[in-house]
Formats: sequence, structure tokens, C-alpha cells
Amino acid sequence: MSDLIANIGFLQQGPFAIPRWEALFSNIDLLWQGTIVTLIVASLGLALALVLGTVLGVMAASHWRIPRAFARAYVEFYQNTPLLIQVFMIFNALPMLFSGLFIPVITIGILGVGMYHGAYISEVVRAGIQSIGRGQLEAALSQGFTYIGAMRYIIIPQAMRIVLPPLTNQAVSLIKNTSVIAIIAGGDLMYAGDAFAGRFGHYGPTYVVVGLGYFLMCFPLAMLARRLEDRTRVL
Amino acid sequence: MEAIMNTPVVMMLRDPVLYLGLGRGLMLTLQIAVLSIVLSFGFGTVLGAMRYSGVPGIKHIAASYVETVRNLPTLLLILVSYFVLGLPAMWAATIGLTIYTSAIIAEVIRGGLNSVPTGQWEAARSQGFSFLQSMRYIVLPPAVVKMIPPIVSQFVTVIKDSSFAMAIGAYELMFKGTILAAVYWRPSQIITIYVVISLVYFTVNFIISMVARRLQTKLSVGRGSIGD
Repeated sequence: MSDLIANIGFLQQGPFAIPRWEALFSNIDLLWQGTIVTLIVASLGLALALVLGTVLGVMAASHWRIPRAFARAYVEFYQNTPLLIQVFMIFNALPMLFSGLFIPVITIGILGVGMYHGAYISEVVRAGIQSIGRGQLEAALSQGFTYIGAMRYIIIPQAMRIVLPPLTNQAVSLIKNTSVIAIIAGGDLMYAGDAFAGRFGHYGPTYVVVGLGYFLMCFPLAMLARRLEDRTRVL
Repeated sequence: MEAIMNTPVVMMLRDPVLYLGLGRGLMLTLQIAVLSIVLSFGFGTVLGAMRYSGVPGIKHIAASYVETVRNLPTLLLILVSYFVLGLPAMWAATIGLTIYTSAIIAEVIRGGLNSVPTGQWEAARSQGFSFLQSMRYIVLPPAVVKMIPPIVSQFVTVIKDSSFAMAIGAYELMFKGTILAAVYWRPSQIITIYVVISLVYFTVNFIISMVARRLQTKLSVGRGSIGD
């Protein structure tokens, strides 16, 4: 058997050779550590994005001009510039503006993806709120609810059902986008994989395993989004 | 006045090297983006049609491609194109973006085709239209209208994601800016460079987003089919 393997060229040489796989799996701890960083950045980033997105979405759907203009400007800026430059601004420019300020790279990641996806989530929330008939809001206001109260108890609970599938899709994008912090040595899964692959040149197996890692984090959520979409369509 | 003209930021902003560098960077960014979109449109149409066809084996190949690629970071696909496929930086960026974007466009195309009710197909076929004729005259016109706005806005995503190519050293706008930030190293200059790059990306993407939005409203007016 081992003779047979020894005679198959691509198993011994080339980007996917067996020794490369062995080297990767004896250092798999590195990728586990990276995965943990990615999960931390993704979960806290998602929390920030949800908070920002809800606040901005409510502002964008409101009839007060200044909050609406602010939300609009925020969304346009964040949706039309690359996440990478936003991350570089926090990474490079912010410590220059406030000298001596030190931001840990994980925090940069959380702020970066949180603020970026906050813009996308606010659009989802706005569309969800606007899908609920105006009469509902008017009825709530006439019953003595404040605007915020009406949102909190009447509009948002109903909008939730419409908002959930695109929100889940945003979570998938957010997990994938945490990988940009690899470019500023963020210690996440992508960085861990890239650093290991670059040190020994084991690119093939490492990228396959890193890809599998992201896939396993994203695919269940993508499936959930599909399920939720089908459910809302039936209702 | 003299004092203002001699501040590091103003000196930098008066230096043509800055605009030459950023201009070249923008050209490469646009080149990568346009090539990726064109390639993705071709590849995505094939994939979308494969999945729409419903033919067992063919449908599953397209579906697994789309489902796999959609759940991978674009940065990873660019790195794979560069380090594993061994492409030169500019092509690695283009191919990496194409692998991802074609999956997205495949879904847009399938969604557009699916939005035409099957009754219209059946009606066309029963009136003696051939498969290609029904496609050309009945199904595609309303489907294409649904596909155009999301494809245009996908362009924005591709332009933004092309900045990942700095990880492999392609001299696109983001990387050019980072290099210039090493030449103009003063904090005020570096911050100004970041602001300028953001504004360049913003201007290009904002225009494209506006076009996508216009198309969306324009195309959806007066085009409602019975199925809507």
C-alpha cells in the first residue's frame, strides 16, 4: 500500500502532497486558536451591528429630518467604501488622531465589521418597519404610545418576521468579512492559516482546511436563512 | 497664506505624484472589477441556467458550486488564486473575485428566471413557441428586468472587495494608497490619504449605486406582469 502511495506523484509532491497535510495537522492548534478569535470577533461584531442597525434603521424610518439624514449619510458612506479602508482608518488613523491610543486588534475587528454591517442591517430594519402598514403606527400613537414605545411594542415585533431572513444572511457576510483583519495581523482563522502556510509553503492543505472552517461556520446560518425565507413566503 | 501652503498636508495635495499614484491604482481597481464582472456574468449565466434547468446531475453541480463558494470569504479565494493556482497578482485578484461573484450572479439569474410564473411558459409552448422562442420572447424580457439592478449593485461589491487584493500585492487603489502613506509618512498626511482614498471609492460606488437604484424604480414601473 505504501509503495502504491509512494508511486503516485501528486501525493508526494506538489501543493497537496501528503507530507504537507501531515505538517498541517500536527500544527492544527494554530488554526483552532484562529477560529476562536474569528468567533469572538464575529459574535461581538454581530452584537454591535444589530444594535447600531436597529437604532439607525428606526432613525431612517422616522419622520424627524435630522436623524433620518444622519442615518442616510451613515449608510451611504459605509455601504460605498470598502471595509478594508474603514479597518485601516481605525487601525492607523485613529491612534494618530488621539496619540497614545492603543486599540487591540480584536477590538478593531469588532468595530470594523460591526459598523460596516450595522449600515446593511439598518437598511434591513428600515425596510422591515416600512413594510408594516402606517395605520399600525398611527393606531399605536393614537392610543398614547410614544414613537419609541410604538416601535418597541407594536412595529418591531411584527417586522421581526420579515427582517429575520435577510438578517441571517447579514450574519453570514459578517462572519466572512471578519477575515479582513488578517491583513492587519488580526490573529483570526484566515491570519492563522495564512501565517502557517506562508512559513512553510503548505498553502494547498491549509487553505482547504481554513475554507472548511469558514464553510462550517457560515453554511448552517445560510441554510437557516433559506428556511426562514420559505416560512415567511408561506405565511 | 504662505504658512498654509507649506503645511505637510497641502504640500502633499499639491504634489502630482499623489494623483498619479492614486489614479493608476484606481485604473487597476476598475480593470479588476470590470474584468471580474464580465467573466462572472458569463460563468454565472451558465451556472444559473444549469441550476434553473432542473436536470438532476447538472442542477446539483451548479447548486454545490454556488452553496460552497457563497460561504467562503472572498479574501480566501483571492489568496488561493495567488498562492495555490500561482496566478500573477492582478489575475489572482480577478479570478478570486470571479469565483465568488459568479456564484452570486448565478443566483440572481436563477431568481430572475424563477420570477416568471410557469403558466407563462406553458402558455407560450401551447401557442406553438419553441423552447428558444418562449425563452427569447416570453420569459427573458421580464426576467432580465429583474436581474439588471442586482447585477449593477454587485458591481459595487466587486469594487469594494477588490481592495482585498492588497493582501497579495496587486497595485490597486487601496495598496497604492498604503504605499503613498509610506512616502508621506506624517500622521496628518496619512490620515488625509485615507480620507482621499475613501472619497474616491465613495464617489465611484455612489454613482453606481444611484444607477442601480434608478434602474430599479424605472424598470419596475409599468412592467408589472400578472404574476406580480
